[in-house]
Parts: sequence; C-alpha cells; structure tokens
Amino acid sequence: MQISSCRIKQALVVKIEGELDHHTADAVRERLDSMLEDPSIKYMIFDLSQLKFMDSSGIGVFIGRYKVVSQRGGAVSVVYVTPQINKVLEVSGLYRIIRKYDSIEEALSAVGGCDE
Amino acid sequence: MEVINEMRLEFPSKSQNESFARVTVAAFAAQLDPTLEEIADIKTAVSEAVTNAIIHGYENTIGIVTVIAKLYEGKIEIEVIDEGKGIEDIEKARQPLYTSKPELERSGMGFTVMETFMDEVEVISAPGQGTRVKLVKYLKSAGGELRRNDGQG
Ligand SMILES: Nc1ncnc2c1ncn2[C@@H]1O[C@H](COP(=O)(O)OP(=O)(O)OP(=O)(O)O)[C@@H](O)[C@H]1O
Ligand SMILES: [Mg+2]
Repeated sequence: MQISSCRIKQALVVKIEGELDHHTADAVRERLDSMLEDPSIKYMIFDLSQLKFMDSSGIGVFIGRYKVVSQRGGAVSVVYVTPQINKVLEVSGLYRIIRKYDSIEEALSAVGGCDE
Repeated sequence: MEVINEMRLEFPSKSQNESFARVTVAAFAAQLDPTLEEIADIKTAVSEAVTNAIIHGYENTIGIVTVIAKLYEGKIEIEVIDEGKGIEDIEKARQPLYTSKPELERSGMGFTVMETFMDEVEVISAPGQGTRVKLVKYLKSAGGELRRNDGQG
C-alpha cells in the first residue's frame, strides 16, 4: 500500500496504490486524515489507476473523508476507476456523493483548480 | 450435480489473511475458466464474507475462519464459516447501510456487495453459534463447454 499526493491550489490529488481492504484501511485513513489537517484543502481527487482491489472497507474510507471536506464546502472525486472498483462504488451508491471523472485534468477543472 | 474439485482453508482471524483468502479462492476458481469480471466478483464477495467473520464474528479476539470452495460444471460454491458471536437478526443485518459498527467507519454495504456480485447468498447464523455464509456463482463463461469439446477444435 502506497500513497502519494500532489497539491494543486485547494485540491489534493491522492494516488492510492495497492489494495484497499479492512487490513490496509486504517493506515490509509490515517495518512489521509493527516493530509486533511491542512484546513485549506477543500477538494480531494483520488487517482485509482494503481488501486488493484477494493471492497466495502474502501467505501467507509471515502465516505469518512467526504464528510470532512464537505464540511469545508468542498468535494471528493475519483479518476481512472478500474472495472472491479467501479462496480463496488456503483452498488454502494457512492456516486451519489462523489463524482467520477475520466482524468485528473477534468477533475481539477471541475473544481476550478487549473489556471486556464 | 457432481463436484469437480473442492478445497478447504483454515486460518486465524487476522486481517492479513483477508487478501490471502480472496486470492486463494480466486486462483482455485480459475480452474473453471471464469472471465476476468467473474474472478473479480468472486474475490470481492469472499473478501466481504471473510472480513465480516474477522471484524464482527470474532471482534477483537482470534478464532478460526474456515473457507470451503466447491467447483461444479459452470458453478462455484463458497462457504465462509466462523464460530464467533453470530447474528441476532439476519434480515436486518442484510439490509443495505445497516452496520453494527458505524464507529469503525463501516458502511453496512458488505452483504449488498455479496448479493450483487454473486447469484445466491445464504446466511445461517444464531447468537453464540457462529455464522456460515454460502456464496454461489454461476459462471457464464463457456469454459466447461469448451473443455468437454477439447481436441475437436
Ligand atoms: N460473521 C458475522 N458475525 C457476526 N455478525 C455479522 C457477521 N457478518 C455480518 N454481521 C453483522 O451484519 C452487519 C452487516 O454486515 P455488512 O457486511 O453488510 O456491513 P458491515 O460489515 O457492517 O459494513 P461494511 O461491510 O460495509 O464495511 C454487520 O454490521 C454485523 O452486525
Ligand atoms: Mg462487512
């Protein structure tokens, strides 16, 4: 499990690599929450291109972070979602609160994070 | 229906074994020539059931989780068994969004995921008697057909 991030204005682009299940969820949650200690972050964009597996434990992780940033008037989005993960996000109804984009650029421009 | 092959796994309820269990069952299921999507479905459902056994069945104690998989022509049957605390109201437990552990950021979607990804989900449980979750998936892939016609094309 590896997490890397990149700050672009009010948005944090977070890449999660590996598998997100109950075993790894605590470590992921801790890393994300320490990033969110910076109150100027309003948007989280998750790059899931290198996430090989996710089950309902991941749903809890995304909902928890959504609660934090939505309090700040922000939002959570996901990009490069692979089929297995897409199916989990779909059945759990997560797309009612987080948005999916085809690319980081698209997700960033949706939150006004790119200088045009 | 005749069992083609079967296997049994037993391991302590440690979270490291969640990935071990789902990967092992998926590798075993590969004998039926499932599609990539079917393999991913099986992995996800097994992960849900095993995680439930560890988190809810045994809570903070260590017990044995048993996984049995049986292969049939075009069908896989998986049982995930714990001897933990059991479920009082199975119908309520299976409802989307119901969780007894919201404080752990559980979403209550595990059973819903199992039901969506598999064709049949049967839950046998009683308080203090442990839980047995039976997952069945019919494989749409023509693997079985193809094998029977081996050597003719
Ligand atoms: N093996 C088990 N032993 C005891 N209780 C269980 C077991 N499996 C499920 N349950 C009960 O059923 C409820 C619903 O399970 P489900 O997997 O749908 O959601 P969850 O595990 O709470 O959350 P999620 O799977 O989304 O992280 C659990 O909260 C728990 O109370
Ligand atoms: Mg669960």
